[in-house]
Amino acid sequence: MSEKYFSLLWIVNLLAALVLSPLLIGIINKTKAFFAGRKGPRLLQLYYDLNKLLKKSAVYSTSSGSVFKLAPWGTLAATVLMLFLLPAGCIVSPVAFAGDLVLFIYLAGIGRMLTVLAAMETASAFEGMGSSRECQFSMLAEGVLLTVLAALVMLTGSFTLSGCLTALDPKSWLSGGTAMLFLALAFYLVMLCENCRIPVDDPETHLELTMIHEAMILDNSGPDLAAIHYAAALKLWVFLAFLSTLLLPNLCGGIGLNMVLYYLLMLLLCISVGVVESIMARYRFLKVPQLLAGAFAVAMFAIVLVAIFGKEAVK
Amino acid sequence: MTHISEIILAVLLLIDLALVASSRMLHCIHLAALHGLLIGLFPLAMWDFQHNGIPTLGVLLVALIGGVIKGALLPRLLRHAMDHAKVRRELEPLVGYAGSLAIVLALSALAFYLWIRTGVAPAGTPVLAAPVAFTTMISGLFIVMARKKALTQVVGFLIFENGITVFGLGMAVECGLLVELGILLDVLVLVFVMGIAMFHISREFSHIDANELTHLNELDEDEADDSGESEVKA
Repeated sequence: MSEKYFSLLWIVNLLAALVLSPLLIGIINKTKAFFAGRKGPRLLQLYYDLNKLLKKSAVYSTSSGSVFKLAPWGTLAATVLMLFLLPAGCIVSPVAFAGDLVLFIYLAGIGRMLTVLAAMETASAFEGMGSSRECQFSMLAEGVLLTVLAALVMLTGSFTLSGCLTALDPKSWLSGGTAMLFLALAFYLVMLCENCRIPVDDPETHLELTMIHEAMILDNSGPDLAAIHYAAALKLWVFLAFLSTLLLPNLCGGIGLNMVLYYLLMLLLCISVGVVESIMARYRFLKVPQLLAGAFAVAMFAIVLVAIFGKEAVK
Repeated sequence: MTHISEIILAVLLLIDLALVASSRMLHCIHLAALHGLLIGLFPLAMWDFQHNGIPTLGVLLVALIGGVIKGALLPRLLRHAMDHAKVRRELEPLVGYAGSLAIVLALSALAFYLWIRTGVAPAGTPVLAAPVAFTTMISGLFIVMARKKALTQVVGFLIFENGITVFGLGMAVECGLLVELGILLDVLVLVFVMGIAMFHISREFSHIDANELTHLNELDEDEADDSGESEVKA
């Protein structure tokens, strides 16, 4: 069980993430179809879509420039880098370094910034509107994410993302379980917001007045659109993986069992996103900041709890 | 050590926040019902089954009364009153929902801080009990103050009273007096609800609302203006 072995296992998981992430979208859509009593698209639909898009060529409007061509791939690269910082189940990322949780947030920010810039460059009114909404909501979501990460650092004392997430063992659940429940709840809301899911944004909608993420990519086509869709699926994977490592206590010992539980939990969380989308309506735009403020409040409570009981947790 | 009772307290805290931020009447009532139900479960969660065996009659009674009255009876009556008075939602709160959330959050942070500074929880009681109880009382009182509809105010009062119960139960399960006081307050809520249902109060209590006073004043001025105008016309 050398370090090399762990790194290898981590790389296998990274590859699994790269290959399997479009499946998550399929699972969510299947869940929604099940609730609506439909048959729904195939589980592998996004793979077919990506394949189709990659075969096509991209169309560029005369008013758009180089940023528009660059942005989808930049976003994809930033998302893949986010994946590099995450632990795989209980295995610490080999490229982790102290303070990489800040990088994690900024990578998400870079991806978003590129998408927004590209949307602005098309000079389409709808895309500008989408960008404005995206910036407003993600600004709030970023604050919540930062609070969650701060609480995690306080709880575990580790400054690397993988370190934080893998340091949570059954003991920390026993001592700081309430705080961790709060953190998980706040992070779940951030996840819904960052991945443009109901109740923040409706990924199905094609009415320009109500959409956020879809409004920004109206002009993209061909391989560029494929990159955007793939990056979105990867981002969903990143957040689901984050949440399941947060929820799953690191059972020291059986790596095999840990990995199985980790993937099962990810599947469950993915289905839960589908369930939320089936039973809830999208919030009015005015209400979304309220939701995120609530998430922030919950994360702050977690910090307060950690501050009060943190000393016990360390013992 | 995370105990079931601590998790219940944490959920109570979340419900407080959700209540302060929600505008729909029905949603508020559902949340209040969940709040009451959890308070019914709370004494059972606190009971040390391994050491003391089957809970005493008193504890069972407190749990039953809490769960049934606060979790089922009062919400049902509130629902009835809501249908009667045709109140669907709070449209014009005195303090906006995001603002309310921020204020309650700040106040509860204060409650936590004061508790850390002053209080030490008696041995064997959940550490969260007192701060959560205070936060619940604060948010209940805040709802009473910052909302205009009588029905919302009753929900606020109910939450306030739940906070007192949490404090009583969390600090000493055996001490019956606080719990009895809580039941008395329950009766008071009952009277409120019946009042709303019987008199169809769908807006505010007019005689304790300062806004109404200015409103009356304006009416007088209007009348005066009207009479003045009519004189001119005449």
